[in-house]
Amino acid sequence: MTSYSNMTVRAYKRENGRVGVRNHVLILPVDDISNAACEAVANNVKGTLAIPHAYGRLQFGEDLDVHFRTIIGTGANPNVAAVVVIGIEPGWTRRIADGIRETGKPVAEFSIEQKGDFETIRAASWKAKEFVHIATEQQREECSISDLWVSTKCGESDTTTGLGSCPTVGNMYDKLLPEGITGFFGETSEITGAEHICQKRAINAEVGERWYKMWKAYQDDVIFAHQTDDLSDSQPTKGNIEGGLTTIEEKALGNLEKIGRTSQFIDILEPAQAPGTGNGLYFMDSSSAAAECVTLMAAGGAVIHTFPTGQGNVVGNPIVPVIKITANPRTVRTMAEHVDLDVSGILRREQTIDEAGDALIEMILRTANGRSTAAEALGHREFSMTKLYRSA
Amino acid sequence: MAEIPHLLVHEDADNVGVVVVEGLTAGTDMLCCVTHDNSTFRLTANADVPIGHKIALRDLKTGDTAVKYGEDIGKVIADVAKGAHVHTHNVKTKRW
Repeated sequence: MTSYSNMTVRAYKRENGRVGVRNHVLILPVDDISNAACEAVANNVKGTLAIPHAYGRLQFGEDLDVHFRTIIGTGANPNVAAVVVIGIEPGWTRRIADGIRETGKPVAEFSIEQKGDFETIRAASWKAKEFVHIATEQQREECSISDLWVSTKCGESDTTTGLGSCPTVGNMYDKLLPEGITGFFGETSEITGAEHICQKRAINAEVGERWYKMWKAYQDDVIFAHQTDDLSDSQPTKGNIEGGLTTIEEKALGNLEKIGRTSQFIDILEPAQAPGTGNGLYFMDSSSAAAECVTLMAAGGAVIHTFPTGQGNVVGNPIVPVIKITANPRTVRTMAEHVDLDVSGILRREQTIDEAGDALIEMILRTANGRSTAAEALGHREFSMTKLYRSA
Repeated sequence: MAEIPHLLVHEDADNVGVVVVEGLTAGTDMLCCVTHDNSTFRLTANADVPIGHKIALRDLKTGDTAVKYGEDIGKVIADVAKGAHVHTHNVKTKRW
């Protein structure tokens, strides 16, 4: 019997008590038009990472809230050691920087108006260099596995994800959630077809009812409000159908295998919201598009992402290592460079789900200790903002 | 299991199973395994079916419910013979 409770990792203890497994110095744009300055700073100062994105101007209401939560949450993530924030004007730039500052990590902000790119890049580069020196002297320390926040979302699913890679993640959660890790799952629209089962996995009826309301709102306000056909071109996706998935119900049932047999979710999170009610499993209201979903969960504070795939989704994230797990032997054969954990032995009945779950836990430990994931090695840094509606 | 299974079935109640080998051809005497309890049975495939795609475990009639994971995964919209390929041409969601 493996003991999970005394497993440890060597990771970075942050000022606010959270534990990170990477040590990025981020050059973070508040808005799309500050991308160029951020990329210039990252080019000047080696060991920094700019994460350009498409939005941040003239957003309002809930859409703006999601934008701020995503940018602040990304900077606040414990995989990030320090942050240089650059925006076009000082107001929102300050708001983002102050939000990240609450973690206690080094943050500096710069705005471009009345200075121009050159002067902003010059000043921000000096600060970025100072942060690189600080970050590179930080040491990994021994931390409990229970300090890890681990998210999951699957992509390019097929029937093998429901048979192998998703139950592998579920088995990991069934073993590690009782040890005190924090978990995230989501993909609101892709629960459709199994919503009656998901609701029952809430820790109590009150959480279950709040979950159902959230799911129903997504279904009514997003899917039914904007659909132009019977969705047969979108759900299941072309890749899902190629992989043998026939209906949204079948896809959803496979998807839900990611929360195992015994795990229950204790609360619901808004997109990019950080958990606030203690250790346990959370459902985050989120798109099922891979890059958007991983970006939101990283902004919520996840430090490692477990990603089951069937047909071979290649997504990564700039700050969170994304561990790819597949049970599909054809994907192992044709896309091996993307696969961190091959669990195709489950399909051959050579490996049990229990053994695969242990193999995933081992891969999580190795990744936390510093092993680059396939997505990191291949430079997959997809950072995709969720946009709720058109800007003003 | 010495012999590698061709088809996996989640639950006893299911009426479809998943091909888990590449290049399955019509006429193959398939070893089928129910993952729930590792019980096995044999079934002849009556079509070439790609890896990941489903095969009917019994005759399915139009209007029947396709069952996988022990759950409803959609309605049968064209008759399917035991051993035949089950996919979007003969099963459809009940949601839209």
